[in-house]
Amino acid sequence: MTEITISSETRRQSANRIQLALLAVLMIGLLIAPFVLYPVFLMKVLCFALFASAFNLLLGFTGLLSFGHAAFFGGAAYFTAHAVKEWGVPPEAGILLGVVGAAFMGLIIGFFAIRRQGIYFAMITLALSQMFFFFCLQSNFTKGEDGLQGVPRGHLLGFIDLSQPLNMYFFVLLVFVVGIFAVWRIVHSPFGMILRSIRENENRAISLGYSVSLYKLSAFVMSAALAGLAGGLKALVFQFATLTDVTWQMSGEVILMTLLGGIGTIFGPILGATFIVTLQNYLSTTGFPVTVITGIIFIICVLLFRRGIVGEFNASRLAAKLGFRSKN
Amino acid sequence: MTDRQSLLSVRGLNAWYDESHILHGVDLEVREGETVTILGRNGMGKTTTLRSIMGILRKRTGAIDFDGKDLMNRPLHHTARAGIGFVPEERGIFATLSVEENLMLPPIVSKNGMSVDEIYELFPNLKERRSSQGTKLSGGEQQMLAMARMLRTGVKMLLLDEPTEGLAPVIVQRIGEILQTLKQRGMTILLVEQNFRFASKISDRFYVMDHGVVTEGFDVAELPARMDTLHEVLGV
Amino acid sequence: MMMIFGIPIQAFLGQLLIGLINGSFYAMLSLGLAIIFGLLRVINFAHGAQYMMGAFVGFLLLSWIGINYWLALLVAPVIVGITGIVIERFALRRLYNLDHLYGLLFTFGLALVIEGGFRYVYGSSGQPYATPDILSGGVNLGFMYLPIYRGWVVVASLIVCIGTWLLIEKTKLGAYLRAATENPTLVQSFGINVPFLLTLTYGLGTALAALAGIMAAPIYQVSPLMGSNLVIVVFAIVVVGGMGSIMGAIVTGYMLGILEGLTKVFYPEASNIVIFVIMAIVLLVRPAGLFGRDV
Repeated sequence: MTEITISSETRRQSANRIQLALLAVLMIGLLIAPFVLYPVFLMKVLCFALFASAFNLLLGFTGLLSFGHAAFFGGAAYFTAHAVKEWGVPPEAGILLGVVGAAFMGLIIGFFAIRRQGIYFAMITLALSQMFFFFCLQSNFTKGEDGLQGVPRGHLLGFIDLSQPLNMYFFVLLVFVVGIFAVWRIVHSPFGMILRSIRENENRAISLGYSVSLYKLSAFVMSAALAGLAGGLKALVFQFATLTDVTWQMSGEVILMTLLGGIGTIFGPILGATFIVTLQNYLSTTGFPVTVITGIIFIICVLLFRRGIVGEFNASRLAAKLGFRSKN
Repeated sequence: MTDRQSLLSVRGLNAWYDESHILHGVDLEVREGETVTILGRNGMGKTTTLRSIMGILRKRTGAIDFDGKDLMNRPLHHTARAGIGFVPEERGIFATLSVEENLMLPPIVSKNGMSVDEIYELFPNLKERRSSQGTKLSGGEQQMLAMARMLRTGVKMLLLDEPTEGLAPVIVQRIGEILQTLKQRGMTILLVEQNFRFASKISDRFYVMDHGVVTEGFDVAELPARMDTLHEVLGV
Repeated sequence: MMMIFGIPIQAFLGQLLIGLINGSFYAMLSLGLAIIFGLLRVINFAHGAQYMMGAFVGFLLLSWIGINYWLALLVAPVIVGITGIVIERFALRRLYNLDHLYGLLFTFGLALVIEGGFRYVYGSSGQPYATPDILSGGVNLGFMYLPIYRGWVVVASLIVCIGTWLLIEKTKLGAYLRAATENPTLVQSFGINVPFLLTLTYGLGTALAALAGIMAAPIYQVSPLMGSNLVIVVFAIVVVGGMGSIMGAIVTGYMLGILEGLTKVFYPEASNIVIFVIMAIVLLVRPAGLFGRDV
């Protein structure tokens, strides 16, 4: 017995070492990337990766499927764009306002949604985010179909000119890393443990005396706020905020990214977002219908590939050889 | 008794709920027209045996033959057509169906079934309450309805899971009478029952189950001699 | 001019009629969703796409081989229903043993494929579908002008809804469906082919959506995205009604359609969102829905 414990302990250590090494390679890659690839494309990937990670905090680690996360992502994009363009606030304050706005919306939508579970939760979040979509469609604040165009990126902290692509890229990268770290911290905190116990067995969590509703709502707000961070960032990157980001199709897309990459894993959503954004970028040059491909990937994932890329990898022999612990 | 033909034969039946292995090689035999009771403490696999024979529990190995037909590789909805009716412990009366709709629900599988008139004769209170909601009936009435609806279908054999559970003594007595009537009509019955006294009045033979296997089988004539050991095994 | 609550009565009744028409479609669609959900425990996200398919199949039948409206009312639902049966048989049924959310995600992907595919082939602009001659024109009721086709839609949808309700509440097949909704395993142990019943139910539900689609074709234009926002409104209606009851789905559909119409009279800005607001209120007051049995 002792021997086995030791070997699994060393294996875990080596797994951690491999993971750290991978993380280092990834970081170096992200630092070099803008000199090789289009910064705007990379920034788009990072924004969606952060968005999917925020979404996964809810689906993967709390077990709640929100079908309305576009409201937070696209809503924050509007808030940030409006604050920067109309009020002339600096970019960091604009993003902060976006985050606060998204968190507030998360509080409201979450308040209603957590009254029901499972499939109803999904439908309620979907319906309420659709309500927000209609609000955006009609309101003057969003400029309707046109959206908020020509949003200035401004100067970060007053002296870093974000209109320079590289400056903007490293700012986005920094926010991305901070965001992912926040997700990681939340997941591995005692709070995250309770969220997972809610996911595993809600009734048991209730009988253990946890105020499950409060935990769910907190997770919902945190997820909304992080989705807002991604949305606000995206508004600065592309310098506009439009209706596209608040549609239910967008809510579906982030589900797909997470599902494809691997629900309940840290790297899954990042990988999934990278894949989907790259694919969409490629498809948009071919004239092939993006939604059809997206739908087909969705169907394939649901029918055959529910663990996602990272989940399949963790369950594979290669992962066992490299010493990764397969989760659960 | 022994000259009767075997109707149901179970050999080496293993069954699993998810990962937990419940039945470890159950062997039993029921002959035509017999009433056989499976005795045993809670959690020993009695209900699981019935559910596996019926095919509700799909994770199973071994051999089940009924009336010359192999039941192992048929889908669930073919078991009833082979001639077995199952009355579950929770009775399974449908709330969204009236009493009569509940009664008429199971399809007829052979011509030997009772007519609705005959059933209402046997269960007069069901006739009275034919249009009320199924679950508005009392527990005893629900049990009778659950049995009655299988009688209409013309199945050769009934699997009854604890028909007397939670019922008042006079209702238990009434159910005993009904089972006697069915026996006289030639119905084969496999019963799971905790109520030992009830079972001893109507059964021809007994099996005792312990930890997922059948440990003993004996005729009702041997019952008095075995009372002491049975009390020990069953903890009654 | 006669006024009601400070609004000309013509305008009031006109919006009421529009509300009733929308309500007719809401009722038919939420009815189909409720039937599918009841038995399959699948929220059919593709319902809006299948509604669109009904309209499109009708449109294509007319323009390719001249099949008229009346025949299309029969043929389009059958064709779309068959696609539903194929989908259930080869894909959907593999998800029944999993979390119900996978059914929602699968049908979501399906909706994307169907809507995206039609848009790719036919573009996103609408195609007109002529009102059948016998139903064109209108009658002056004295207090308002009633286009005959719209009157027909209201009557026909009522017939469809009541017919479906009777099918489920009063027939043997309906008894099977109700019983299988409660306890599919037991019903199957009675010797009823429940897997086949599930296939049939999905086919029936999608056929209902297609029927609503072909009925909608002469009113709204036939376009690939005609069902895409509609389906979410219908979701909200289903949450309001609670998915336990067929009659609940029908009544809530009409009720909210009319309410939406009235909102257009009194506070047009809110007409798009009034159903969602009502959903939120119902969630606060009665989380299981107005007619819901489950919590």
